[in-house]
Amino acid sequence: MLQYVIKRLLLMIPTLFGAAVLVFFLMRAIPGDICYLRMAGGGGTVDLDVVKQCHIDLGLDRPLLVQFWEFVSGFAIGDFGKSMWTGQPIFDEVALRFQLSLQIAIMATLVSILIAIPLGTLSAVKQDTWVDYAVRTFSIAGIAMPSFWLGILIILGILIISKSWFGESWMPPITYRPLWVDPWYNLSMLIWPALATGYRYSAVATRMTRSAVLEVLREDYVRTARAKGVFETLVIRRHALRNALLPVITVIGIEFAFLIGGLVVTEQVFNLNGIGKLFVESVSNHDYNMTQSLVMLVVAIFALTNFLVDIFYAWLDPRIRFVR
Amino acid sequence: MKPGRLYRVACLAFGAALIASGAAMAKDEPKRGGILKFVVPDEPPSFDGHKETTFALIHPIAPFYSVLIRVDPDNPASLTDFVCDLCTEMPKPTDDGKTYTFKIRKDVKFHDGTPLTAKDVLASYQRIIFPPPGVSSGRKSQYPMVESVTSPDDETVVFKLKYPSGAFIPAVASPYNFIYSKAKLDKDQKWYESNVMGSGPFIFDKREAGARITGKRNPDYYRKGLPYLDGFEAIFAKKQSLRVQAIRGDQAAIEFRGFPPKSRDDLVKALGKDITVQESDWNCGLTLTPNHEKKPFDDPRVRRALTLALDRWGGSKDLSKIAIMKSVGGIVFPGHPLGMDKAELEKVAGYWPDIEKSRAEAKRLLKEAGVTHLKFTMLNRNVDQPYTIAGTWMIDQFKKIGIEASQRSEPGGQWFAGLRNGDFEVGITANCQSIVNPLLDVSTYLSSKRSSQQYGRFDDPDLDKIYDKMASSGDVAEQKKLMTQFQKRVLDEQAHNFQVMWWYRIVPYRSYVKGWKISPSHYLNQDLSGVWIDRDS
Repeated sequence: MLQYVIKRLLLMIPTLFGAAVLVFFLMRAIPGDICYLRMAGGGGTVDLDVVKQCHIDLGLDRPLLVQFWEFVSGFAIGDFGKSMWTGQPIFDEVALRFQLSLQIAIMATLVSILIAIPLGTLSAVKQDTWVDYAVRTFSIAGIAMPSFWLGILIILGILIISKSWFGESWMPPITYRPLWVDPWYNLSMLIWPALATGYRYSAVATRMTRSAVLEVLREDYVRTARAKGVFETLVIRRHALRNALLPVITVIGIEFAFLIGGLVVTEQVFNLNGIGKLFVESVSNHDYNMTQSLVMLVVAIFALTNFLVDIFYAWLDPRIRFVR
Repeated sequence: MKPGRLYRVACLAFGAALIASGAAMAKDEPKRGGILKFVVPDEPPSFDGHKETTFALIHPIAPFYSVLIRVDPDNPASLTDFVCDLCTEMPKPTDDGKTYTFKIRKDVKFHDGTPLTAKDVLASYQRIIFPPPGVSSGRKSQYPMVESVTSPDDETVVFKLKYPSGAFIPAVASPYNFIYSKAKLDKDQKWYESNVMGSGPFIFDKREAGARITGKRNPDYYRKGLPYLDGFEAIFAKKQSLRVQAIRGDQAAIEFRGFPPKSRDDLVKALGKDITVQESDWNCGLTLTPNHEKKPFDDPRVRRALTLALDRWGGSKDLSKIAIMKSVGGIVFPGHPLGMDKAELEKVAGYWPDIEKSRAEAKRLLKEAGVTHLKFTMLNRNVDQPYTIAGTWMIDQFKKIGIEASQRSEPGGQWFAGLRNGDFEVGITANCQSIVNPLLDVSTYLSSKRSSQQYGRFDDPDLDKIYDKMASSGDVAEQKKLMTQFQKRVLDEQAHNFQVMWWYRIVPYRSYVKGWKISPSHYLNQDLSGVWIDRDS
């Protein structure tokens, strides 16, 4: 098992290096200049001397390879440098946003699991009945409906309902307070995006659970269990669901990693100061340092999540770790 | 309800709200206390006002600083009234208009308790006008007339000019000209990029990256009794729909930049008397820039045909219902003494009252230039208000003289890059300024070797001569005459650039916010010292 873990860890290095090369050179291929954007963002006048000084301040006047080496060597020792846009350390800029994104990802994943596993199982057990059709319609609606659109509907719904019930429009807070500082405030802000996003992601997991359970229900050992007179709930829970969970875990794991940095539009809709919003802003501001760091962070999270899923697989199914 | 009726109801409600607010404003007595929450569409890149150029810096940071002079907070709509903030009285120029001597108040302290003197004012303006090596000043180019700044004693600052200039006082009144501590600057010229320490009505509390900046009342503010608020919270919210909903759901009271007419109507409809609206002409102009290096736009007849195709007077009525555009004007802000009045404007190509005659002339010019079936793409910014809406309107206008135009909307970075590199046929650009200062504002239309913001890529020595004569003239009547000549050359004779329309600022806000007055720029009158909250009104 240890050998397997080390092998999987080593495989992460070329992945990270490849991502570093790609993001560094792709960012510089995008037309635009951070200094012009910053100095003439409002459409006003810009002094070319100021732009030149800005390039020197940001180190953009140095050869590309020097800039690349600085980025890669900094990343290797955990020094992400400073944001070109704000001049603040990237670690500080990301830290606040990361806790919010992580909380949303955890909450949305919980919502997704709470919806997907019971409904997917129910749908499989009640295959081709009205229950199955209802669950499938519910999950297809989740796939079809973008979570940001659902988010807008939720906000408008809250505004309208609160106005008609209480006479005053209420909307969720738009600034973040950590869970341990003000739990009620925190949850009243984050529950809505977690619901919107969790529902969206539950749709995929529901369908995956349904098909996996259906497949397992047709296995010989399930028929044997039933023939032995085991209660149906036990057959489902102990024999079918446990064995059907492997592909569902993969889907949920990948979705979790995606949720950390991928909630770009949902974060804008709910004004969540998360990693996704920072990502978009850093790309549109041509903040190379920030974009590179965020890409590497997300790649690292994906690689780590995949690694953990692989380890979990190997733990669940010992055959996997012995395959060469 | 039909859309037309809905609009009328919204307008009536809006009118009622305006009248109600006007009446209320007259009788309101300021109240102390409370935290003002407002939304800001962007986050400032740094805290340094001398360096940055975005309004996103002004809204959350200006309340922490004092300035030497400013627009009159009691009458911010005025284009020519400037009053002292740190000085004791507005100076009269001496030495044939070439020397301005400012006396500085003695009762001002920085937030760290140290006294603010003329030496601090001097250090700040030297950093702005003559930045030391390695320091960026975003407005250095606005002071070509300044020869020196000195401070003979702790209460006096003297600006010596190379020539008398009507552009000087408005340039000094820039809202970005925060007065910094000389002691801090002496230690580190870049200290103010990541720190805040001023002498303004509010003291910096904290910044949460990407989320908000908060300030608390300065108990030692030199204007006794001010500010009224206990503090403020500037919340960054990029998405416009969210900013509107934030005001509707009372998560924020105001957004100082402005909303489109539809958002105003929605808020008025949803909140009724709980919303107040202030509106103003806006010192931001949308311009159309043909690239003179691309054929057939090297031919003034073709360029002239383009401006003649635009029905600005008619378009103003329609566009103002859906976009933040309304005022028709030349390249000088409408209503400014140096600008053209309606009668003068109607003689300029593109502003003729008879649009049919104008379009007939446009067709004739295209024929004369041998250009038939003209087809081009406009490089535009992918921002709805007002860029893409105006672009769509212009496509329709050009169609009426047989031109097939389209627009290529690009994100900010690519749009700038395209304009700078000349990678466009016709560009849609905007020019937003803070203080209305026509003598400086029109300098963007000078020959490309003199103006880095002139994207049309043309050189016009005759135009430059008119400008130089105007900039160095101390006589207002002569300046006005030369400015009219300048405008006619840019807009009509050579048709280098066209002012499509001026923007229109609409600020709907919670009615419990009092004491704030709209100005023609979202950069002005933002120190918040006179703003108060009255939830009982």
